[in-house]
Amino acid sequence: MKLRQLGSGNLVKQAASKEGVCLDIGAFCVRVKSNEIVFLETLAFLYQDFPILPSDTFADFHIVIKRPKGVRRYLKPQVIFVTDGQQPFEPFPLSHAFPLFEWGLNWCIARRSHQYLMLHAAVVEKNGKALILPALPGSGKSTLSAALAMNGWRFLSDEFTMIRPQDGKILPIPRPTPLKNASIQVIKDTFLNAEMGPLFPKTRKGTVAHLRPPKQSVEQLKEAVLPELLIFPKFQANTEIQLNLLNKPYVVFKLASNAFNYELMGRTGFELVKNMTSSCRCYNLTYSRFDQVLPLLDDLLMQNV
Amino acid sequence: MTIPADHVKKILINCLCFPETVKELTVSEWELLIRCARHCKLLAYLRWKLDSCGLIASVPAQVLTHFTAAQRIVDYRNRLAMWELNRIRRALYAKDVEVLVLKGGAYQLLQIPFAQSRLLADIDILVKKSDIHTVETYLQQQGWQTAKLDEYDQQYYRTWMHEVPPLRHQERFIEVDLHHTILPLSSRLQPSPELLIEDSIAVENTAYKVFSPVDMILHSSVHLFYDAELNGADFRDLVDLKELIFYFQPQQEFFFEILLDRAKQLTLQRPLYYTLYFIHNLLDTPIPEEYIEKNIGKPSWLTRKLMCYLVPLALIPEHPDFPRKKVALARWLLYVRSHFLRMPFYLLIPHLLRKSRMRMAGKEMH
Repeated sequence: MKLRQLGSGNLVKQAASKEGVCLDIGAFCVRVKSNEIVFLETLAFLYQDFPILPSDTFADFHIVIKRPKGVRRYLKPQVIFVTDGQQPFEPFPLSHAFPLFEWGLNWCIARRSHQYLMLHAAVVEKNGKALILPALPGSGKSTLSAALAMNGWRFLSDEFTMIRPQDGKILPIPRPTPLKNASIQVIKDTFLNAEMGPLFPKTRKGTVAHLRPPKQSVEQLKEAVLPELLIFPKFQANTEIQLNLLNKPYVVFKLASNAFNYELMGRTGFELVKNMTSSCRCYNLTYSRFDQVLPLLDDLLMQNV
Repeated sequence: MTIPADHVKKILINCLCFPETVKELTVSEWELLIRCARHCKLLAYLRWKLDSCGLIASVPAQVLTHFTAAQRIVDYRNRLAMWELNRIRRALYAKDVEVLVLKGGAYQLLQIPFAQSRLLADIDILVKKSDIHTVETYLQQQGWQTAKLDEYDQQYYRTWMHEVPPLRHQERFIEVDLHHTILPLSSRLQPSPELLIEDSIAVENTAYKVFSPVDMILHSSVHLFYDAELNGADFRDLVDLKELIFYFQPQQEFFFEILLDRAKQLTLQRPLYYTLYFIHNLLDTPIPEEYIEKNIGKPSWLTRKLMCYLVPLALIPEHPDFPRKKVALARWLLYVRSHFLRMPFYLLIPHLLRKSRMRMAGKEMH
């Protein structure tokens, strides 16, 4: 069953129950518990195409979104993120429950999922070939992956590229993309069918709005895919588009420092990075306009090596 | 319906002590087990236990991924630790100091089987008190930095602690605790570090020494029952102790007699009593009764009753979704106890007052 089919009344009831709601996000199953109606509404909208699993499914993460105790809740209500009885972050204002949930879920994934090599990279796919976009925050990887997702590519993730050591394939986690500040309007203006959740002003990263992932991408959330292109993107306003082929030893170092858990994975991490680098075509990309970058990436994928 | 806390206790203890019971776990119970085992740093240990009992095939696929991830963290920490020991040795090259590795690092050096699944937090080393200044200076000269502490904490460490403030190399992530004895100088128990060093043994193919097997067990007991706060995170220490005892016992005749004698010599009968008692009663692992009952460190009837009530409550991890008030109370009482054992009243009261003041100000404390 999809989250959409559950209906808001049932969602509220189930999220408040002892078992919570088991949400299948692709590589993981997340158990969510909350009494916060506004948060659940946003969740229901942005995750509407994601499958709900029976409550006796094995869940990888347990997340509770609730109000902290104390008198403050009557004056300026806040919200906290609790996982397995732990509260890793300071409270957020109540209205920011959804960004807190997303941020906390990222934290859980990054800290615990060492069964996979985790790159700090967006990833999309077309024709069974994945394009990995590793980059630091602020370089525009979320925006670019959102644009690709709105332009016929399958969206796998805007933040985590999870690589399975057994076969080197990438597992999708096609969660909503948090767009920041100017990117929000850019995506809205360029893609009229883009659907976004509420605006969250004054977060740590400025104003944030989440882009709902395309339905088709969510439907394929169990389909792992092999990487084909490794592109390090950089958004730079008012520049001509530039694509530079990278030499592979350099890419190995770049990927090693980009991954969340390269060192921790030890030899397995090295083997994965090495194999991926040698089998992929690797480039640096500087861009400023979608109408240039989107056709270029389409062409690049089509080219045979 | 089972009470959540009893449910946790049952599945966690059963799986650790009677691994075959994992065959009967439901999916929800697996989930609860994984959450609790992670909380008390026993996730990789649980995997190792099941693996060594040939039970890995009974583990559901999704659970295995958590085991794999946990084992990778353990391997990584162990790698960091061994490298740190390598670097420390290099920093002290050609210096005439004897360095003992304690706890996790020692289990790792000795390649005790369970150590490959034990999550190691930091490196603990011990040197003679007369060498500590030299060693600290050498390390500082070669890139290790002392944790930034305020005047009070610095003073406190130097005057009363059994170690110098923690060191960390500027390029690495693992903390090095440099000790000259195993309990704070203000503590009620004062085992002689000279005796411990005298009996220490050299580890083959390394430049390090470790405590003798019985001393290793006594040290871990002291740490758990005289220095730790005894909460769910310390449960792991009891499991360590069980593993150590049953690893070393078959290697030495009259093992328990030697252990008790040594405890007497070092005045550590009381912590040893608790260790044997709780391994026997809490981990359901039989220890011959005479070694528990004949120990002259056996506490008075009242203390025994209190500890037998409080320790299991505090030590066994809570159900993550249903924390209990009485557990919080038990942990608080044992926390106060641990401080009371660590220092006399005239030090304790100002110290605790300062700690609570700092906590209210939201500052980190040791």
